[in-house]
Amino acid sequence: MLKYKPFIFRLLETDRGSKYFVAILLALMVLVPVCNLAVPESSAFHMPVYGVTLIGKYLTYALLAISLDLVWGYLGILSLGHGAFFGLGGYAMGMYLMRQIGDRGVYGHPVLPDFMVFLDYKELPWFWYGFDQFWFAALMVVLVPGLLAFVFGWLAFRSRVTGVYLSIITQALTYALMLAFFRNNFGFGGNNGLTDFKDILGFDLRSDGTRIALFVCSALAVMLGYFACRFIVQSRLGSLVMAIRDSEGRVRALGYRDEYYKLFVFVVAAMLAGVAGALYVPQVGIINPGEFSPINSIEMVIWVAMGGRGTLYGAALGAVVVNFAKTYFTAVAPEVWLFILGGLFVGVTLFLPRGIVGAIQKIRGMLGASRNTGLPGMAAKK
Amino acid sequence: MKRLLFLAFFSLVFLSGLDAADHTNSDSLIQSSFRLLSSKSFADKATAINSIAESGSSHAVLVLSSILEGDLYYHKKNKNMVLVTETTPRHYEITDPLTEELVSTKSKKELRKKYKKVGINNKLRGLLNEKLAALTIYSKDKSTRLRSTRKLLKNLNPSTVELLRDAAPRETDPQVKELMQVCIAVSDARSKDPEIQLGAINELAGSLYPEVRVLLEELKTAYTDSVAADPRLLPAVDSALRATSLKVSFYKQVENIFFGLSLGSVLLLAAVGLAITFGVMGVINMAHGEMLMLGAYTTFVVQQLMPNSIEYSLFVAIPAAFIVTGLAGIAIERGIIRYLYGRPLETLLATFGLSLVLQQLVRSIFSPLNRSVITPQWMSGSFEFNPALSLTYNRMYIVVFALMVLFGLLWLLKKTSFGLQMRAVTQNRNMAKAMGIRTGWVDALTFGLGSGIAGIGGVALSQLTNVGPNLGQAYIVDSFMVVVFGGVGNLWGTFFGAMILGITNKFMEPMTGAVFAKILVLIFIILFIQRYPRGMFALKGRAAES
Amino acid sequence: MKFRNWKIQAILVVLGMLLLPQLGYSADKIKVGVLHSLSGTMAISETTLKDTVLMMVDEQNEAGGLLGRELEAVVVDPASDWPLFAEKMRELIEVHKVDVVFGCWTSVSRKSVLPVVEELNGLLFYPVQYEGEESSKNVFYTGAAPNQQAIPAVDYLMNEVGAQRWVLAGTDYVYPRTTNKILEAYLKQKGVADEDIMINYTPFGHSDWQTIVSDIKAFGSAGKKTAVVSTINGDANVPFYKELGNQGLSAEDIPVVAFSVGEEELSGIDTAPLVGHLAAWNYFMSAESEENDKFIEAWHTFIEDEDRVTNDPMEATYIGFKMWAAAVEKAGTTEVDAVRPAMYGIEVPNLTGGTAVMNTNHHLSKPVLIGEIQDDGQFEIVWSTDGEVKGDAWTDWLPESSLIVANWTDPINCGNFNTETKKCSGQNY
Repeated sequence: MLKYKPFIFRLLETDRGSKYFVAILLALMVLVPVCNLAVPESSAFHMPVYGVTLIGKYLTYALLAISLDLVWGYLGILSLGHGAFFGLGGYAMGMYLMRQIGDRGVYGHPVLPDFMVFLDYKELPWFWYGFDQFWFAALMVVLVPGLLAFVFGWLAFRSRVTGVYLSIITQALTYALMLAFFRNNFGFGGNNGLTDFKDILGFDLRSDGTRIALFVCSALAVMLGYFACRFIVQSRLGSLVMAIRDSEGRVRALGYRDEYYKLFVFVVAAMLAGVAGALYVPQVGIINPGEFSPINSIEMVIWVAMGGRGTLYGAALGAVVVNFAKTYFTAVAPEVWLFILGGLFVGVTLFLPRGIVGAIQKIRGMLGASRNTGLPGMAAKK
Repeated sequence: MKRLLFLAFFSLVFLSGLDAADHTNSDSLIQSSFRLLSSKSFADKATAINSIAESGSSHAVLVLSSILEGDLYYHKKNKNMVLVTETTPRHYEITDPLTEELVSTKSKKELRKKYKKVGINNKLRGLLNEKLAALTIYSKDKSTRLRSTRKLLKNLNPSTVELLRDAAPRETDPQVKELMQVCIAVSDARSKDPEIQLGAINELAGSLYPEVRVLLEELKTAYTDSVAADPRLLPAVDSALRATSLKVSFYKQVENIFFGLSLGSVLLLAAVGLAITFGVMGVINMAHGEMLMLGAYTTFVVQQLMPNSIEYSLFVAIPAAFIVTGLAGIAIERGIIRYLYGRPLETLLATFGLSLVLQQLVRSIFSPLNRSVITPQWMSGSFEFNPALSLTYNRMYIVVFALMVLFGLLWLLKKTSFGLQMRAVTQNRNMAKAMGIRTGWVDALTFGLGSGIAGIGGVALSQLTNVGPNLGQAYIVDSFMVVVFGGVGNLWGTFFGAMILGITNKFMEPMTGAVFAKILVLIFIILFIQRYPRGMFALKGRAAES
Repeated sequence: MKFRNWKIQAILVVLGMLLLPQLGYSADKIKVGVLHSLSGTMAISETTLKDTVLMMVDEQNEAGGLLGRELEAVVVDPASDWPLFAEKMRELIEVHKVDVVFGCWTSVSRKSVLPVVEELNGLLFYPVQYEGEESSKNVFYTGAAPNQQAIPAVDYLMNEVGAQRWVLAGTDYVYPRTTNKILEAYLKQKGVADEDIMINYTPFGHSDWQTIVSDIKAFGSAGKKTAVVSTINGDANVPFYKELGNQGLSAEDIPVVAFSVGEEELSGIDTAPLVGHLAAWNYFMSAESEENDKFIEAWHTFIEDEDRVTNDPMEATYIGFKMWAAAVEKAGTTEVDAVRPAMYGIEVPNLTGGTAVMNTNHHLSKPVLIGEIQDDGQFEIVWSTDGEVKGDAWTDWLPESSLIVANWTDPINCGNFNTETKKCSGQNY
């Protein structure tokens, strides 16, 4: 036995779910590329491109859900505007991809994207400068959502806005962003958003190789994001954050400046959501203001609740399950899929109050398995 | 002159209901114009309309107005003109326009097969209105005379001015008389004689009719440019214009405030149900929008059930919507929400799922298309205070209705024992239970009340906007904003929240455009909550902490 | 150990479900994909088109199918979610292996599926009027381009109604923006002064029109005949027209011509206050022709409701389907590369009594009609172009796009050929 275990193993050892989660991610990272590239098309185990982009999309949602779980499950802030950060990250990436089109747009303009040409822009707006460089775009992917979260959080936490009030103003935030991005003279392509991307870092976005690479990146991002969140949660900071969630007043009375801790976690979560958005855009090929719609953000909350809040991997699981259900039922039962999905939400709330993960744990508990995977510090009454 | 007297004569005869049954040759004039009416060319139809108007027949008004209403049809084969009236839905009575004898009754399908409507375009519609206005200037009904004169003002020509000059001295109603004199003055202002012009311009000073303003502007540019004009004219026009524009800008502000109040009332009606389910009970009720939707659909169903008395349908729809959505609310509370008390965030999840189900349910039952809800006559149109300020009836009723709902609800909460129990349960459930209040029952009724009120709001919304499966989604975010902005748990907060947001929005809109105004309002809400973390009317004391 | 087995089984089940749709694939049927939203905000408009395609498939099957094979419709629901459109398009082509897709309504949904349909060399028929500025090798546009709707409507108002002052009111998205830009350029060229044009944009689903209608009223009372050109989208129309009616703006005073209001939208409105307002389309239900009577009857039988109306996008779907069927017969196969060239020059009777022709720029030649709203929710056709108008993918009224032409036959063989630089730009394949 090693005396000193690597950092990552320490993050995982207390939690069995985490181990499975990481194992599944690793398996996906290997299996999907192999099934897509190496297995012949005639085989039943061949994974079509459709499947690769689909699972890739789910993975970006999973990362988004993990980041949301960090603020909701551990910090106790129900953000109904998490889509704002996701969308901003997506737009930053979309702007880079737009600039990559160069003079291959329909009007053949060397600099301006197509929508600017026909809206009569004479030159590139200042906020589009720099996005032709990947490093700059990548920086913006985390910086813009982070900055927004910082300003917003600083305002809100300092004046101790809590509970539903906080939830509703996060909703107002994403709603305002949606309306703003819908405006055509805002310089982001209005309702159509950004689309018709050609390549990323010089690689053709439509080649199978690029798709697989993006897929692996997404899986990697989910894993790293997961480790980051785990690290935060298991650190001293994490204990403090959970203490804030459970009794903010007492933490404050002990002399902690709780708003700084909240702000830190909130900003980290926003940045992760931004990364998820950035990975989402090249895989689905479009980003538009619909991503900011309040309903979208509510759906994200539902993924987390469905999977099991306060477990991180549960959130990821919820994101995948809900979206898989959506994909599956919109194809199989287009007329009634909303009944099924809606019924699922109601059913889960009533019968699985702690989500799928909670239910599994309960079953395992009944089967006598070890109980060390309980929700960390989750107060039962909340 | 002779024609005028004749017109006056037949109007009297016709409108007093006496049937001039004798088939004079004027009717045969109409008869001969009918052939042109069935032509495809609009120019032919115009000729026909002109000759009918000038026929002097007692049936001219009836024929012309039925063309205008789209009730005049012709037989596809023999081109006979008939009047078509819908007696019961899908059943039509077909009569002869001149003899008024019943020809036959037909179903919708048969009608479509055999007869074709006399189609008109806007030009003809304008022509018809003009002719009808001239024909009805001596009508017995004051409002008809007023309407006719107003129409004539829009399109003055020498013959109509002549008509008005004759009618004005005989007019008994001061309002109509004044309008007639404005018409005459407008015509005089263009006269060649500077004295008459001057008199007319002075008379028109401060008049708010847009036609007058256009005229004055026109005269102003004409006089500024020309040196030949009488020197007294320009200052007269100037002062007349000043008097007018001052009044106009004042009324513009009044109108703006009204717009704000009416938008506020809409927000209030949309949000007040949520103020109960979310504000008082703490259920994050995402299905609130669908309760609005159910209320609106109830209105639609009620109108389908009583097609012959649309005028009263809203009075039936309001209690019906309250009952339907109230019962739906109680069912939701008993079936789902009651298992979730103490877990407010889970209610979000469940009610969101429920809202998806309800939307799809409506889509399956009523189709995804919007449904047409008819606005009763008494709610359409606008009340004209003066030509520069007219307020639409539906908005006025909605302002009043919103206030009634609010006060009714306040009374219920503050003055009845149910209200007392309700407040007791929400403040301290256990204590209330100990006092013998059936808390489960009160919870169900409270949620039912909130949903029922939302249903009533839906009835009001059905008069303003689409009745479709997406109705609820359009209002849910705004409703939450209003409740939170005003302060959760306080009805007065909801009231002031709605009104302030409505008025702010309407005053910013002319400056920034509709989209940007809305964005600014949202930012305003964020900053406001930042300053006052518990909304405008924060609950004080221990209740606020829970 | 036991547990791990269970886990692997679960993964296999999930993967199996992913692959499941493939198993239903049968080779002998011709598959027709239907990509219209059945839920979400666009379900209002798009559900009807799904039913139209299903009706056409049924009809074709009753007539013996195509090439001796039966047709089968594959319906999916992209749920008014634009990225989902792209995903579903990929699913239709890759997984269900459809031969053709009828679908999309909004421009953004079309833009979203465009890269997919081009990459996989699919075939999409797009049945809605749109802003133009696009011609893809794999898409046939059977709705109206701006020169088949907006320009003739303005001509009508200018020449027949005598409008001199113009309000261009629209929802803030690409179609109204582009259309209004084209119209503004056109009006100015016709000598309309700047101060006689008022442009106004509103958000989607705008419901409080009090201020804007009051502004229009004020703008229109300046003495010159004023007309409103409305590119207001779907849901926002009902409150807009209600407000117009209530504030007493009648069609004789200020006529409103709309490009997005058809019979179906009117069926959800109490039309009494709207009588006389105008719409410009390529088809009205009231058009008198034998084909139209047959179509309406077939529609009523199929949908089992005598009160359902027909509208322009339905006609566009009808024409698109008939053309595709004819092209398949002509090519003798459903292979996209064979069907596409077979489409050019194909003639199909349209429902208004003329003939629709598919041009090499992938747009149709169709007549343009102006109709006035009647109190029964139908339109009275008050004007029509003399013959068919050829759809123009790239408008002549904007400086950048006037240089570009689309022609998918040799020697140009490209959707956006710049006549100045003699180059094709933006072609992916």
